[in-house]
Amino acid sequence: MSFINYASREINCKIVYYGPGLCGKTTNLQFIYNKTAEESKGKMISLATETERTLFFDFLPLALGEIRGFKTRFHLYTVPGQVFYDASRKLILKGVDGVVFVADSQVERFDANIESLENLKDNLEEQGFDLEKIPFVIQYNKRDLPNVSSVEELSNLLNPRKVPELEGCATTGEGVFETLKSVAKLVLNDLKKGGT
Amino acid sequence: MLGPQSSLVMYDEEYQRILLLLERLLRESNSKVIFLVDKNGQLIAATGETANLDTTSLASLTAGNIAATGGLAKLIGEKEFSILFHEGEKDNIHISIIGGRVILVVIFDHRSSLGLVRLRVKKASNELAIVFEDLVNRTEQESISSSAPSPFAEITDDDIDNLFN
Ligand SMILES: Nc1nc2c(ncn2[C@@H]2O[C@H](COP(=O)(O)OP(=O)(O)OP(=O)(O)O)[C@@H](O)[C@H]2O)c(=O)[nH]1
Ligand SMILES: [Mg+2]
Repeated sequence: MSFINYASREINCKIVYYGPGLCGKTTNLQFIYNKTAEESKGKMISLATETERTLFFDFLPLALGEIRGFKTRFHLYTVPGQVFYDASRKLILKGVDGVVFVADSQVERFDANIESLENLKDNLEEQGFDLEKIPFVIQYNKRDLPNVSSVEELSNLLNPRKVPELEGCATTGEGVFETLKSVAKLVLNDLKKGGT
Repeated sequence: MLGPQSSLVMYDEEYQRILLLLERLLRESNSKVIFLVDKNGQLIAATGETANLDTTSLASLTAGNIAATGGLAKLIGEKEFSILFHEGEKDNIHISIIGGRVILVVIFDHRSSLGLVRLRVKKASNELAIVFEDLVNRTEQESISSSAPSPFAEITDDDIDNLFN
C-alpha cells in the first residue's frame, strides 16, 4: 500500500515484478538501474543464490520526480520465480500497489507462464487483493529469441482482461521503461481515485 | 490498529511527535541509530548517526527480515516473533514490532547493552503505538470529511508522463 507522507511531502509506491523462473524479472530491474541517473536511484539489492537466481527479492528504489509538490518514489521488487520459493513470493506481495507480470515468450515456457499467473492470483487473494482490480500490466519478454509463441497466442491465454501489454527484451532494454511507465501510470491513477 | 491493506498516511504533527520519541529513545538507550519502518519496507523516520547509512536499503531489508521471520513463526504456530536481535562484532541490531504494523530498529554498540535497549524500547513502544493510533484515526476522519482535498485528485496524464522525462 502506498505511503503518503505529508510531513516530508513524499509518496511511496510498491511495484512487484512477478513471473516464472528465468523469465527476466531481475534483468528488467538491472536495466532500469543501469539507465537511471545516479541522483534518481538508490542501491539495488539482490538477495540471490550463487548462480544468480533470486532467492528472496531484488529491490530497487527510484525517485522519479515531483507530482503536485510531492516527491514520487517507486520501490521496485522482484519475486523469486522458481516454484519452490512460494512462501517468499507471498511475503513480497504484501502491501503491493501494482504488479508487472513478466511472461517468458519461449514456446517451452508456455505452461510455466500459466502456472505462475495462477500462482499470482492465488497469492494475491491470500493477501486480500484481487488481480482483476489492482494495477496490473503484462510484459511478453525475450521477443529476441527464435522459438517464441506469437504475442496473440500469449495474449489470448494470459491476458483475457486486456490489461496493458508490452513486448520486451530485457537484456537490450526494449520495452523495459515502457512497462514501468505503464504500471506507474495505473498506480498513480489509482491513488487519484482513492483520494487518500 | 492499522490494517495491512490501508495505505499509510503521515502528517506533520504526528511526524514531529514520532521524531521526538525517537530522539529521546536514542538518548536514553545510548544507541547509535534508530529508525522506524513500515512493514512494507518504507522508511518512516530515522534519527542518530544516519549520515553514512543507506536507510532506504536498511528499511527494505528490515521489512524483508520481519516478513521472513513472521513466515517462520506461522509455520511453527506462533503469531509472530515480536522482537529480533542480531549481534555483531561491534554493532548490534534490535528489531521490534509496534502496534502490529510498524517496525522499530535500534542499532547500538558497546556504549549500551541489550538490557538497557530492551527496557527503553518497551517504554517508547507504548508511546509510539499511541501516536500511530492517532494517525489512523486522523486518516480515517480526513478521508470521511475530506475537508482537505487530496493533492492527488487532480493528477493528470501529463503529470505522470513528465515523471519519466
Ligand atoms: N535472450 C534473452 N535473454 C533474456 C531476456 N531477459 C532475460 N534474459 C536472460 O534470462 C536469464 C534469466 O534472467 P533473470 O532476469 O535472472 O530471470 P528471473 O526472472 O529474475 O529469474 P528468477 O530469479 O529465478 O525468478 C538471464 O541469463 C538473462 O540474461 C531477453 O529478453 N532475451
Ligand atoms: Mg530474479
